[in-house]
This record gives sequence, C-alpha cells and structure tokens, in this order.
Amino acid sequence: MAVYLDFEEPIKILEEQLEENKALQEKGIDTSNIIKEIEKKLYDTRKTIYNNLTAWQRVQVSRHPDRPYTLAYINAISDGTFIELHGDRTVRDDKAMVGGFGSIDGKTVMFIGQQKGINTKMRQLRNFGMANPEGYRKALRLMKMAEKFNKPVVCLIDTPGAFPGLEAEERGQGEAIARNLLEMAQLKVPIIVLIIGEGASGGALGIGIGDKVLMLENTWYSVISPESCSSILWRSWEHKEQAAEALKLTAKDMLTHKLIDGIIQEPVGGAHSNPNEMFVIAKKEIKKQLDKLSKLKKDKLIKERIKKFCSMGVYEEA
Amino acid sequence: MVWFQRKLKGVITPTTEKKETPEGLWYKCSECKNVVSTEEHANSFYICPGCGHHDKIGSKEYFNILFDNNKFKELDAKMTSSNPLNFEDTKKYSDRIVATQKKTNLKDAVRTAVGKIDKQDLVIACMDFDFIGGSMGSVVGEKISRAIDYSIKNKIPFLMISKSGGARMMEAAFSLMQMAKTSVKLSLLAKAKVPYISLLTDPTTGGVTASFAMLGDLNIAEPGALIGFAGPRVVRETIGRDLPEDFQTSEFVLEHGFLDLIVKRNELKSTISKLINMFNN
Repeated sequence: MAVYLDFEEPIKILEEQLEENKALQEKGIDTSNIIKEIEKKLYDTRKTIYNNLTAWQRVQVSRHPDRPYTLAYINAISDGTFIELHGDRTVRDDKAMVGGFGSIDGKTVMFIGQQKGINTKMRQLRNFGMANPEGYRKALRLMKMAEKFNKPVVCLIDTPGAFPGLEAEERGQGEAIARNLLEMAQLKVPIIVLIIGEGASGGALGIGIGDKVLMLENTWYSVISPESCSSILWRSWEHKEQAAEALKLTAKDMLTHKLIDGIIQEPVGGAHSNPNEMFVIAKKEIKKQLDKLSKLKKDKLIKERIKKFCSMGVYEEA
Repeated sequence: MVWFQRKLKGVITPTTEKKETPEGLWYKCSECKNVVSTEEHANSFYICPGCGHHDKIGSKEYFNILFDNNKFKELDAKMTSSNPLNFEDTKKYSDRIVATQKKTNLKDAVRTAVGKIDKQDLVIACMDFDFIGGSMGSVVGEKISRAIDYSIKNKIPFLMISKSGGARMMEAAFSLMQMAKTSVKLSLLAKAKVPYISLLTDPTTGGVTASFAMLGDLNIAEPGALIGFAGPRVVRETIGRDLPEDFQTSEFVLEHGFLDLIVKRNELKSTISKLINMFNN
C-alpha cells in the first residue's frame, strides 16, 4: 500500500482512478484513452503540487515512508557491487550508520551513510537512523581507509539527529562528531556529500564535511528539526510549520545562503514516486562531481574545502 | 583545608577596581545556600567557601583571573551579529540581539584576546553564557576562527573557554556551519603544531561539545560542570528512566575518558601556566 501525505490527496484520487481503468482494460474494455488522459493529469497534478511545496511539506516529503533510504541508493549506484564493512574496531557495529566499498562503473568508492529502517522491526534495528558515537567512529575508520588507498568518499545523509542516549553520552557523542569534522577537513581524497532525506544538526554534519555538498530537492538541512525548534522557541509543537519557514531549511534556501554547493532535482512527485529514476539522477551527479574533483591536486582539494567552510557565516563589523 | 585561599601571586584583584560589585550585597550559593559577601566571593574566584560550587562567570572574570595584571589586547571587539535569515519567533532576532547587548554590555557570546599568563603568550577565546545562553552563531564562529588564525600566525598557544548551550537557533544552518568552520580551523592549528587547550565550564553542551570544545590537545574542565552533547532532559526522555546522579558532570566525563584533568578555578591560572610551560620548553 502506497502512503499519501495530506497534500497528496489529489494524486491519490487520480492513482485510484488509474488503477480502476487499468483493471477494466484487463477485462477487455478499452479505456486506453481515459488512461492516457489520467496519466497526463497525474503528471501535471504531481508537478503542480511538488513545485509549490511549503517548507514544512518538504520536511514531510523528506520523511515519506516510501522514500528510498541510503542502502537502496548505494546498491543502485554501485550496481550491486557494494560490500558492507562493519564495526568501529572499539565498541561495536552501529546499524544506524552503514559503510563499505562499492564500484561506480569500475571505479571503487567508499560509501558511508545513515540508514533508516523500512519496517517497524528494521526501524528499531537501525535506531531510526540515529547513530551512536560508534557509528561516527566507524565512518571515520572507513574514510581513513579510503584515504590510505586513495578512494573517493561518498556520504549519504538521512538522519533525524545523532542519538541522544545515555550510552551515547558515556561514549562521547560530542567528541565523535567533533573528531569527524576535524578529520574530514584534512582528508586527502575527494568527499561528495548528498543529503537524501533529513539533515538534522550535528548528527548530519558528522559525515557532512565535503568538497561538494548537494541536497536533493525535497530534503531539509538545519541545526534543529522544525518540531524541536517550535517547542523551544514557542514552547509548543504547534508552530512547526512556522518554524520550518523561519529556519530556511530547504535546498533552495541553503543554496541561496551558500551553505551547500548544489541541488539535485528529484523525479516529478518526489524521489518516492520513482526511486529508480532518482538513483539514475543521483549516480549521474556523483559521477560528474567525482570526475571534476579527481582532477584536482590533493593540496588544492583540501585548501578549497577549508576555504569554503571558513567563509560560512554572516556578521557585521563596525 | 582552606583550599580557596589564594596561593598564587600575581592574581591581584583589588576590590576598589571591582566597580560592578556594590558593597553591602551578599552572595547566596545556589547549591548549599551558604552566604558570603560578594566581595569575598569574588576574591575566592567565585567559588562557594561552603561547598566548593563554582559559580558561573564570564569573559571579564576569566580574563582577570588568567591574564597577568588583567592586561590583554582584545581582538575583533566590535563584531556583531546581523540577522541573515530575518528570523522571528516571539521576538525579532535583531531586536533580541540589541536588547541582550544593552542588558549584558557584551557584543556577542564570545570575547577573544591575547595577553600573557605568567609572562607566557596566550590567546584566549572565552564564551559568555549571559549572551543568549552562550549560543554559537556566526559571530562566535568567526571570532574563534580569527583567534585561531592569530595563534597560528604568531605561534601562540590557544585556550578556548567554552560555556554554551550549543548552536544559536535563530541563525539556523549558519550556526550549524560554525561547528564545521571552527573544527576546520582547528585542523589548521593542529597542523601548525600550536598547542590547543580546551577548558569546558558549566555548561558545555550541544554543538559546542560536538565541535571545538572536545578537540583540545588537552581537554580540561572545572569541577561539577555540565558537559554533554544532548541535554539531560532530552536524554531522560529518550531512555525513559532516571539518570545517574553524576551524569554528564565533569567527573563523569573524565571517568569515561574524554577529559585530561579537572582543575579548580583557584588553581586554573597556575595549572594552565604550567601546561603551557611544558609545551613551550
């Protein structure tokens, strides 16, 4: 069963009509003209709705249960060559953070990303995509290995935040994220970062220092989720839509403020309406960026990366 | 044991210079309710003589405690926040800034300065909790970055005194990227092999813990400070049970391996001075 968000209601109605007519077609009644008409209408409706999403609606799309998650992207982009590598070599293997080697058209890449679960059981196993310190340390271990063997790193971000648990605090969640920021700044191989869903705060940034940071069209990236922002500033969750607007967390806003390097268009109707098309688009973009970045000398690569992050911020000097 | 007595020469803070401390006022400890005169409280490094509780203090007090004769050159003293996102919650962010500046007499949540500690050069960046909870926005990130630049350029050790609730929400992703910016700068400081001491004071949480505060060559803390990534309330809600009593205190963080040492404020200057001496010689 497909899941529809409240503003997707017109899409739901059209898809139901489409199904009915297809069923009739199979029974031998010619509905091909009607089907064509509905398909066109469906396309147009999707386009209109998705071109006019509010910030809060984009947050909803980024969390759409049918939206593809990290491993789906990795498996598609690496054409099934992905070999997952586990563990931080210290405490355990964090299932909320995945990583490993994969090949993009013959070239080895280190993939890293937060993983959400596709059903209730898996969501628990994946801890809802909220990594513990071990996840960030596994990510760093794999990045260091990529650096050692001169393989580029591709990070896929999709997390509601780093896990705020007791053991996470005991094992230094803050230190683990901080260490990654510092180490990624100096990593001697290209790093491409894609925000494919939710980019919440330090938990996202912990694998987010890249030469190219790109957001998919219907994702968000900010210092806090709109709900938490609302509860802190307005002391209630009621203002989440207002908070989403105020935080300027959409891909477009982030690009305007030069806090990311680009936006990747999603298929009409969002990534969940056509995951395969989404994977093709993402792969093409990653390949394009890898080609560009691999031509840069290591010193220059690092210098440019550092320059970019150091220029972020707006202030006044009297 | 009268451990709050001044042991060190050179930290001379005549009460006549403490114009902000009106005579006749008393300080009541928030922990043990012990009462001392504000004068005595200031003279004992704002540590409660009854229970040893370290009261929150700001950059003014830390500079006075650490720099020789309270002499220092402040860096980028005039930098202020703008309102890049036109953020407005119950109040406009720009109005909030102006009101806070008026109330605190501070420009933003960090002050940076260069001076001497027992005749050795030191750059200090010190956060002020009174300024919107010591939250990190663009000004905090930029001033810390420039202080690090100063340290690199002049090969002077860098001391960061953290006291912050984390990122400043009203600057949204700009504030998030200050975590990146400061950590990236620290990678340059590390490459230049200039010592970095991070002092974590009460409280150090959120994006500050997850960036520069945890990245010192040495991480040190004042006793009893709250240090963590997620706030205790959030952690309690997440796990659905009560937290250990010492959870996220300096002592807890040291036991778990993330601090080099805990230093009482009356020994802060002598300890940092000794450490810098170790690095320098």
